[in-house]
Amino acid sequence: MVEHTLRGKVAVIGIGETTYYKHSQSPDPEFVLALKAILAACEDAGVNPRDIDSFASYANDRNDPSRLSAALGCTELRLSNMQWGGGGGGGAAAIGNAAAAIITGQAEICVVYRALAQGQFQRYGQAQAGGTVSGDNALINPYGIFVPAQRFALKIMRYMHEHGIKQEALRALALASYHHAQSNPRAVMYGRPLTEEAYEASRWISEPYHLYDCCMENDGAAAVVLVAAERAKDFKNKPAYVLAVAQGSDHRNAARAFNAPDFHSASFGPVAPHLWEMAKLGPKDVDVLQSYENFTGGVLMSLTEHGFVHPDECNEFLKLENLIAPSGKLPLNTSGGNLAECYMHGLELQIEAVRQLRGTATSQVPNAKVAGVIAGPMVSPVSTMVFGSEETL
Amino acid sequence: MSYLPKGLPEPVTETDKLDLPYWQGTRAGKLMVQRCGGCGTWQWGPEWICHECRSWDMKWVEIKGEGKIWTWTRCWHPVHSALKGFGPYISVLVELPHAGNTRMLGNLLGDPAQTVTIGAPVTAVFEPHDDAKTPYTLVQWQLA
Repeated sequence: MVEHTLRGKVAVIGIGETTYYKHSQSPDPEFVLALKAILAACEDAGVNPRDIDSFASYANDRNDPSRLSAALGCTELRLSNMQWGGGGGGGAAAIGNAAAAIITGQAEICVVYRALAQGQFQRYGQAQAGGTVSGDNALINPYGIFVPAQRFALKIMRYMHEHGIKQEALRALALASYHHAQSNPRAVMYGRPLTEEAYEASRWISEPYHLYDCCMENDGAAAVVLVAAERAKDFKNKPAYVLAVAQGSDHRNAARAFNAPDFHSASFGPVAPHLWEMAKLGPKDVDVLQSYENFTGGVLMSLTEHGFVHPDECNEFLKLENLIAPSGKLPLNTSGGNLAECYMHGLELQIEAVRQLRGTATSQVPNAKVAGVIAGPMVSPVSTMVFGSEETL
Repeated sequence: MSYLPKGLPEPVTETDKLDLPYWQGTRAGKLMVQRCGGCGTWQWGPEWICHECRSWDMKWVEIKGEGKIWTWTRCWHPVHSALKGFGPYISVLVELPHAGNTRMLGNLLGDPAQTVTIGAPVTAVFEPHDDAKTPYTLVQWQLA
C-alpha cells in the first residue's frame, strides 16, 4: 500500500518574532509587524527574503501574501494559502498546508505567519453594541452568550461534571504557563509570577473560568520558514522536522446552536489518532508539549484527547510539578504560551517547539527530540502537529 | 420583564427564512423544532437537510417545554455594553428529551447566585419582547 505522509519531508529552518506587546500597544501597524517577523525568520534561517516564494496563514490573517511578496521584493509568488476557521485552530494546519505544498512541488521556500495589532482593528472579547442578530447568534446572543470565554465555559463545565475534574486541575495549567514565563524575557508576563492564592482570588469571567484561565490579548507577529528536508541542512540552524500534522474535527462538530455530539470536547476526537499514526509515535514519546491556551479547559481536553492523560486522572496528574521544565513528566507551554508569553494565535508555540529542539529555549527540556504542538482547541477545524530532531527521522 | 437588560442584540429571522417557524412559534407560546419527515430524526438548530438520511423533508413539530440542564455557566464579565453593571447571570444549555435529546440555550430564571445542578429538570417560560422593533419572544427556563 502506498503511504501518504509528511513525515520527515519538510523542516522549519527559521523562526522570527517581533517584540510582543499588550493589546493595542504596538507602535507599528499590523502589516509592519508581519514584515518584521518574516524578516526576522529569514535572518534566523539565513534566507534572502527575495527567495521566499510561498505564504500560508490562518485565522483570517489580514496581511495578503500578494502584498507581502511585493513589499519584500520576492522574485516570484507561488503558494498563497489560508486555512479556514477562526481563532488559533489553524496554527498547525497552516504549517501542514505549507509542507504539503512543498512536497508536491507547489512551493519551495514557504513562510507561515500570523500578525495581530488590535489597536488598529477591533478587540477580541467584546461584542458589538446594539443591532440585530440572526441564525446561530439569534439563538445564543439574546441569552448573554457572546464571546469564546462563555461558549467554551459551557464545554468544560460539562466535561468537569462527567469526569469529576476539580478547579485545581485548571489552575495547574495556568500556573505552568506563568511559571515558564518568568524565565522568558520576551514574555509579556515576565516578572509577574502567578500564585495559587492570586489565581483563586481573581475574578470570575464565566464559571469555571477565572481571569487567569483566559488568554491575554496581544499585538505582535510571528513567522516560520519551511523548506524540503533535503535542503534543510544548507541553512544556518539545526532543522526541526515536521513528523506529522493533522487537522479537522469529529462528526458534526459544527452542528448548529451547540448541538455537536462532541460539544464538550476540544474537537480532537479523530484528529489526534491521525496525528499519532503519521508520526509513528504516541504521547509517551513526546519530550515537551505546547498546547494552545485560549482557556485552560481547552488545554485539559486537548491533553486527554491526545492521550497524554486519562480524563479520570486529571486531578492527580495536572499538578504544577508534572508540567514544568526541565524535570516534569510533561513539560507544558515552556515559553509561557498564550496565557503568559503572548497570544499570537499560537504561532509562538510552534516557535517554542523549534527552540526546544535546537536546545535554545529559556526553560529548556534537556536533550528534547520530539516536540508536540496542539493548536487552538474547541473550534472547527482544529489542528495539531509533532516536530522531531534529525535523530527521530 | 426580561431576565437580561434591554439593549442586547434583537433576534430576527434569517434572510433565507430557514428558522421562521421557530420564531413564529415562540410568539404563539409554542416550542417548535425540526423533525425529519423521512426518518424521524430530531434536529436542532435548524438546517435545510436531515443529517441522518439527507431528506429535504424537514417538518416543524411542537414539543413539550420540558428538559434537563445539560451544562451551564454563570457569566460575570460584561462582554456587551448593555451588560455593564449587571450580573452575574446564568446561561444553561438544556437537553430536550421530547426532541431526541437535542439541546437549546437559554437563561435559568431565579436567583443568579443559586446552585446549578447538571441534570436538574426545567420547564420553558416564554419571555416576550413586544416593544422590540421586530417583536420577538425568547425561551427561558425555570426549575421544574
